[in-house]
Amino acid sequence: MTSNVSNRIPSGPAAAAFLSGSLGIFVIGLLTTLSEASHAIGNALNWYNPSGPLVGKTLTGIIVWLISWYILNRMWQDRDVNLKSMFTAAIVIVALGFLLTFPPFFTLFKG
Amino acid sequence: MFGLSFTPREFWAVVHGMILGGLYLIAFAGGFAGLYMMRPQWMTNEGLRKQAHCLITGTWIMAAVAWLTVFTGTYIVYPWYRAKPPEGADLTQYPRSFLKANEAIAAWHNFGMEWKEHVAWFAPILATVVAYIVWRYRDQLAEEDRLRKYTLLFFVLAFVAAAVAGLLGALITKAAPVV
Repeated sequence: MTSNVSNRIPSGPAAAAFLSGSLGIFVIGLLTTLSEASHAIGNALNWYNPSGPLVGKTLTGIIVWLISWYILNRMWQDRDVNLKSMFTAAIVIVALGFLLTFPPFFTLFKG
Repeated sequence: MFGLSFTPREFWAVVHGMILGGLYLIAFAGGFAGLYMMRPQWMTNEGLRKQAHCLITGTWIMAAVAWLTVFTGTYIVYPWYRAKPPEGADLTQYPRSFLKANEAIAAWHNFGMEWKEHVAWFAPILATVVAYIVWRYRDQLAEEDRLRKYTLLFFVLAFVAAAVAGLLGALITKAAPVV
């Protein structure tokens, strides 16, 4: 074996990374659909006019990702968690993120 | 020289799409093979340590390249793509307006760019998660089959996001280049 039991890193940090990454992606997707549904939300996310609302959507997603990663990592850094459940949840959330950015889907909510 | 020249916009489009984006997509194959091969039954302990070291470097470089790709795309090239034309302007200089004005090719914007500009941002987030896990767990990834498989799946998703964005970007540029 390459690492002994005392050096083994628990699964918590990996679960925190998977889950927080998926949350960031979901937020980008959610804001994409919401800004399509509401001009007010689209305008509120227009933080840099040459690039439009894309900047607000993506920076908000990044902020949520990094904050959630910090919090989850602090909670789970020395713990083993159910990695299979956490990863399954992360994959479902990532899939929702992809769906929410898919134009045939988000244009259903066009305001 | 030799009649080859780029406008500044073409230069940045090449840097964004062909150099950075292309590098990321090409590097994926090496990263995938490296992660897939990290199994104790296939490698010596020394081999695993060296493999982990290479993967740490490679995945962090890939994550950095993915971030550079989306930042150059969003903050340098995309503003030229979406610029509003003045009254009576030649629309070929304004790709978004040019595409939307022609019903036959409007889907390149309404579907292509609308998906590309958002899904591209998934790649650096997913790639950073992968790089972090490779760095944090190192050769422990070889012992923990499930963790390695999950990391590989995130790595594949990062590639899919980048590939969708890259393919759509290339096709949109063919229909309405940023010049």
